[in-house]
Amino acid sequence: MDRIANFFASPAMKVVLLAFALIFPLIAGSEYQIYVMALAFIWAIAVYGLNIITGFCGQLNLAHGGFFAIGAYVVAILTVDHGWAFWPAFVASGVFSAVFGFLVGIVSLRLKEHYFAIFTLCVGFIIYLLLDKWEALTHGSLGIINIAPPEGFGLIDFTRTIPFYYLVLFFLVLAIVLVSRISSSLVGRTFLAIRISDDLAQSLGINLMRNKVLAFVLSTVYAGLAGGLYAGVVRFIGPAEAEVVHTFDIITYLLVGGIGTLMGPLVGTMAITWLTQAVQSFEEYRMIVFGPMLVLLVIFMPKGVVGTFLTWRGRRLASKAPAKEGQTRVGDSATSSKEASDNA
Amino acid sequence: MLKINNLTKRFGGLAAVNDVSVEFAAGQINAIIGPNGAGKTTFFNLVAGAMPPTSGSIEFNGMDVTGMAPDRIARLGIARTFQTTKLFEQSTVLDNLIVGHRLRTQSRLWDVIINSKRLRDEEKKCRAKAAEVLDFVGLSHIGHRYIADTTQEERKRVAFALAMATDPELVLLDEPAGGINPEETENLAALIRKMVDHGITVCLIEHKMDMIMSLADKIMVLDHGEKIAEGTPEQIKTNPVVIEAYLGSEEDVEA
Amino acid sequence: MDAFLQQALNGLTLGSIYGLVALGLTLVYGILHVPNFAHGALYMVGAYISYYIMVDLGLNYWIAMLGAGIFVAGLSVLCERLVFHPLRHAPPIHDKIAAIGILLFLEAVVQMYWGSDFRRMPTPYTSILEFGGLVLPAQRLLIIIGAFSIMGALHLYLKKTMTGSTIIAMAQNREGAFLVGIDANRVAMMTFAIAGFLAAVGASLFAPINLVYPAMGHLVIMKAFVIIILGGMGSIPGAIVGGLIIGFAEALGGYYVSSTYKDLIAFVLLVVILSIKPTGLFTKGVR
Repeated sequence: MDRIANFFASPAMKVVLLAFALIFPLIAGSEYQIYVMALAFIWAIAVYGLNIITGFCGQLNLAHGGFFAIGAYVVAILTVDHGWAFWPAFVASGVFSAVFGFLVGIVSLRLKEHYFAIFTLCVGFIIYLLLDKWEALTHGSLGIINIAPPEGFGLIDFTRTIPFYYLVLFFLVLAIVLVSRISSSLVGRTFLAIRISDDLAQSLGINLMRNKVLAFVLSTVYAGLAGGLYAGVVRFIGPAEAEVVHTFDIITYLLVGGIGTLMGPLVGTMAITWLTQAVQSFEEYRMIVFGPMLVLLVIFMPKGVVGTFLTWRGRRLASKAPAKEGQTRVGDSATSSKEASDNA
Repeated sequence: MLKINNLTKRFGGLAAVNDVSVEFAAGQINAIIGPNGAGKTTFFNLVAGAMPPTSGSIEFNGMDVTGMAPDRIARLGIARTFQTTKLFEQSTVLDNLIVGHRLRTQSRLWDVIINSKRLRDEEKKCRAKAAEVLDFVGLSHIGHRYIADTTQEERKRVAFALAMATDPELVLLDEPAGGINPEETENLAALIRKMVDHGITVCLIEHKMDMIMSLADKIMVLDHGEKIAEGTPEQIKTNPVVIEAYLGSEEDVEA
Repeated sequence: MDAFLQQALNGLTLGSIYGLVALGLTLVYGILHVPNFAHGALYMVGAYISYYIMVDLGLNYWIAMLGAGIFVAGLSVLCERLVFHPLRHAPPIHDKIAAIGILLFLEAVVQMYWGSDFRRMPTPYTSILEFGGLVLPAQRLLIIIGAFSIMGALHLYLKKTMTGSTIIAMAQNREGAFLVGIDANRVAMMTFAIAGFLAAVGASLFAPINLVYPAMGHLVIMKAFVIIILGGMGSIPGAIVGGLIIGFAEALGGYYVSSTYKDLIAFVLLVVILSIKPTGLFTKGVR
């Protein structure tokens, strides 16, 4: 039992996951499955973004889907209406999300708890309304078609599913590596202190606004870049991308996997995506299951799959530790907690 | 070291702290007592910068810190604990303490992205600091334990350690002995003395009179936001105004 | 001038519906400190139940409204018992996410039953009244009179009955209310019932001049949030006044500024207000 648990929490598990992702196109049953996986990776990147502001920093951002849509629209508008190539447009989607996120952040992050959630819910809706109504810029409810796909390098052609799959995988790994760096660093610990309590964080000399805005901008950049990739693969987008239900999807992924954990966003996104795929006809009504599932999760398993597992394992390790309490000095506990935080 | 001049805080028409002037000397244990709703926590909030005063000023080491943001005040060397000890339940005790020294570090997001030497050095420094303060409060043996599995008294000590990790000159303790038993209270009082022995000035709010009377060098009594007395424990015990307005009967003072 | 009065009348109609919905939201917030994101879904369910009773069962409009009110009140209490009550001590993010879960569930269920088409609900009151140059469809008059009578009844209930005054007491001071031995469970359930009832009646009043569809609650609930932030979270008069302000702003703004962007007006107002005063208007002291 413990062995299996240790394995799941070990770095080796991550290697196994990566190896699986790398060979997935070879073992997948159809090109469609590869496509679904690539889309799931894109959503996972967005979920990692939400995890930074909501999971680490504790601020429930309900405009996250809106930022995803903004990223997608930046790529769409620049490539279709202004003749840009995909890659510069992709960079622009990150930059624009950052700028817009910064502006929204400096206003909204002064608000506490409920006010912040309500405010961002409204921001998400404003984004949707603007995309839907501002026809001169966004083509209105018709949406934008023929978005440029990512330009390939040499023989690699990203309009084909498999190369695109690897491209998205590359960005996902990059996203996870960066989040894992952040979460175990002083910057991530600063975010966590804010999540515990604004007052506590401030009493420890942490500048609330600066750190919250940093976390928020990071999260919007993740969302925006994920949206940019999405536009590049789907190549048709409309205002529906900004509907609040996408934000709720992202929240569901995060909550199922484990809010505030490193692997939670990936686990949650994969689990829900493939569950939904397993019952195709069910896609339209998925909320009949997701809705109650969200409720049950927050009541009975608020830490999600990964969080619950880590807590369980942590407790087990801790309960065994007293056996060697006599000789446990600070040095030992420092290493074991380092390990714990690496795995978290 | 801490000089308060005519400090007032009003909420609407109500003065929670009214025209309080007091001076706390370095290296001492200063206590603030008073009945519930006397404005003690508000007084702490003002000193720590959690809210700006309506009028009056606060000087720390000769520097005017009135209305300064709480994070800046913390960096100047004023740390505090809260009545309820909020900690990160899903982390170990030691992990909780590492962020305490964050305010003495410079690393930013860019350092994280490139994994700079500065970041690695500073993380080492914060970790060492966490171990040091954990040792200071006598909890080295439970550094690996999850916060959720610690006792009330241990949590109090962790909160002390967290405040100590900021390298403070002055520590504000809000009801440190609330919710723990008499024996634990004794141990906590010993820890507070140890802090002072290490050159830290302590200022605390407490309801447990016997603890205050044996611990404090100086006591200030607040009632309805106003300072009604200050002095040594001996002076306070015999001060008729205090007995009249706050303690009601002499037994309570001795109790 | 006539155009202005006409828009003011429209604003009054809109404002009274917004006020009804916001009232329920603000009561729930006052008692439980939960921003109930599912409130808009309750509003939507209310419209569908009304539609079902009237169109499918062929019953009277008033019976439909009452039936919807009772049904949604029960649904609302169920949400309180099954979801918000167990979560009352959970960290602040959790109850919000749970509310979102309820919202998603209700929308999906309605969509499964009735599909996502837009439906038009008939009204027995189709006559159009004219006062001078002002045109006022009877349904709009009904909305205004209906909404304000219900607000009046609620006011009487809250002021004159025991349960009503405990709701007020608890909204003002939760801890204090526990100390004097108020049965918090009963008050919470009652509050949710009232909130659900108000939402359903509001929806039944408004549906005949609007459309009925699964996402119809989104805009309304978000505007209701703007209203209670405007009027002060938990404040009853604030919800009514805030509702009217938003109603007028939309009607007049939609006419004089831009009808395409009239739905944005409320949100722009919110952004401006919260940028200037992060705790919202009309909030007293600090919590």
